[in-house]
Amino acid sequence: MTTSSATGDLPRAPGRSPAFLPTKAAWYRILSVVGLFVIWQIAALIPISPAFPTFTSTIVAFYEMVADGRMIFAYADTLKPLLIGVAISAGFGILLGISMGLNRLFQWFWEPIFVVMQAAPVAALIPLITYVYGLGLTAKVVAVVILAAPIIVLNSYKAVSNASPNLIQMCASFQGTRLQQIWKVIIPNAAPVMFAGLRLGIAGGFIGVILAELLITPTGVGDLITFHRSRADYAEMYAAVLSVMTFSALTVGLLERAEINFFRPEKKKGR
Amino acid sequence: MSLATDMTDTVKTPGAIDGGNVVEVRNVTKFYDGDIHALDSVDLGFPAGQMTTLLGPSGCGKTTMLKIIAGLLEPTSGEIFVNGKQVTGPGPERAFVFQDFALLPWATVLRNVAFGLELRGDSKAEREEIGRHYIAEVGLSGFEQKYPHELSGGMRQRVGLARALAVNADVLLMDEPFSAVDEQTRRKFQEDLLHLLSAEKKSVIFVTHSIEEAVYVSDQIVLLSPRPGRIHSTIRPDIDRGISPDDIRRDKNYLDTVETIWQDLRKYLD
Repeated sequence: MTTSSATGDLPRAPGRSPAFLPTKAAWYRILSVVGLFVIWQIAALIPISPAFPTFTSTIVAFYEMVADGRMIFAYADTLKPLLIGVAISAGFGILLGISMGLNRLFQWFWEPIFVVMQAAPVAALIPLITYVYGLGLTAKVVAVVILAAPIIVLNSYKAVSNASPNLIQMCASFQGTRLQQIWKVIIPNAAPVMFAGLRLGIAGGFIGVILAELLITPTGVGDLITFHRSRADYAEMYAAVLSVMTFSALTVGLLERAEINFFRPEKKKGR
Repeated sequence: MSLATDMTDTVKTPGAIDGGNVVEVRNVTKFYDGDIHALDSVDLGFPAGQMTTLLGPSGCGKTTMLKIIAGLLEPTSGEIFVNGKQVTGPGPERAFVFQDFALLPWATVLRNVAFGLELRGDSKAEREEIGRHYIAEVGLSGFEQKYPHELSGGMRQRVGLARALAVNADVLLMDEPFSAVDEQTRRKFQEDLLHLLSAEKKSVIFVTHSIEEAVYVSDQIVLLSPRPGRIHSTIRPDIDRGISPDDIRRDKNYLDTVETIWQDLRKYLD
């Protein structure tokens, strides 16, 4: 898992830099990722473990798996519970988080539940999920939700409850209604933290779906990982792992760009 | 300058100055959290069309008083009248200028200035027209599409002022509007404010802790004592507004008034 930090950093280039036109910061990020791949290559050539393939053989395996369709079919399987789980977590999570931030009774009732959920060792709970929801899609969706929802809910709640009291007072002084106050002041004010929660939640959802595919029934990308590990095709196994990390990081990065383009005009302009 | 006007007197004789008081505060007391006594039975009248300053040491409740008048805080007891009608919350006849500007960081200058109109439900064309007019009034033409973080402190407060002017309220409530602005900008801003207000014919209630600022901008200064805030005295600086800003700052009456207030306030500092 040595690559996680680098691939995690890659798309996090704050969307301020215009797309496809590397700034100085972007060059440093590219350098960081390239450096990591070089270290990977050297470590595998030593080799530090016979089960650790080189970067180049991993990339070759990746292209083969994409070319013969294995990777694509695997993603088609994996994306289903992931998308459903993330959609549920984002939709309900943001709504619930906002209501918790606006209403103390909601907060008192839901906050402990999500704090416990966030702290729960999900891998240990997977057998329980399987027992309750069986081996199918539902169990995997539940695994995604358990990992994604608490982060989204708690971030949305914190964002809303920390909305600037000065701006709320300003809105009141111009006779804004409660609805205007929520819609025109509190939610835009909370948006950056809510989006940060959404990004972390989606990254959590990726972990959840792979965990479910490794521990419940091997399907999709989880199956690719399990299958190639059992056959000692380490290059293929690492190609699957690397693809998950890259895919997750790209999704999170795209979301950040979308946030800035559609919701934070002042950041887009003030680069 | 007439020192120590009895305030109950002012309230009993509305109509004494310029056709009456636009805002009247009657017997207002405010406790915070049940035990912090911020204001104690304050009676106060604010003459229409004039600039009244609430001046006093930190913690004398001047901002509390202003927010109660704005309807943003509820008094523990007492009543507020605006244009003769009792009010219990914010209303269209009052507009607030905030100490920390309170601008929406995600909105352009134009949207910020027109935000009061947006909340009121005016059409986009209408509010943009009014917004542009007041942006020009405060000297920010050309900055309509900028965001607050692209402006200096003084410019941000001009946006705050334009937003308050745009809703065309009778009374402007200004809470230490220049305290977050550097000294040079502050002087220029004070001059512009006086110029603007003489054209707009607003009544202004202005909170400051700067004696010079109070004397420079005010028709009437209300000195508050420290917590619990009470009226210490009311002063009407006798300054010829016809002369230039620099002459006012050298004017004998101006300097004497500043000195008198300083002598009054300094005893609270020990």
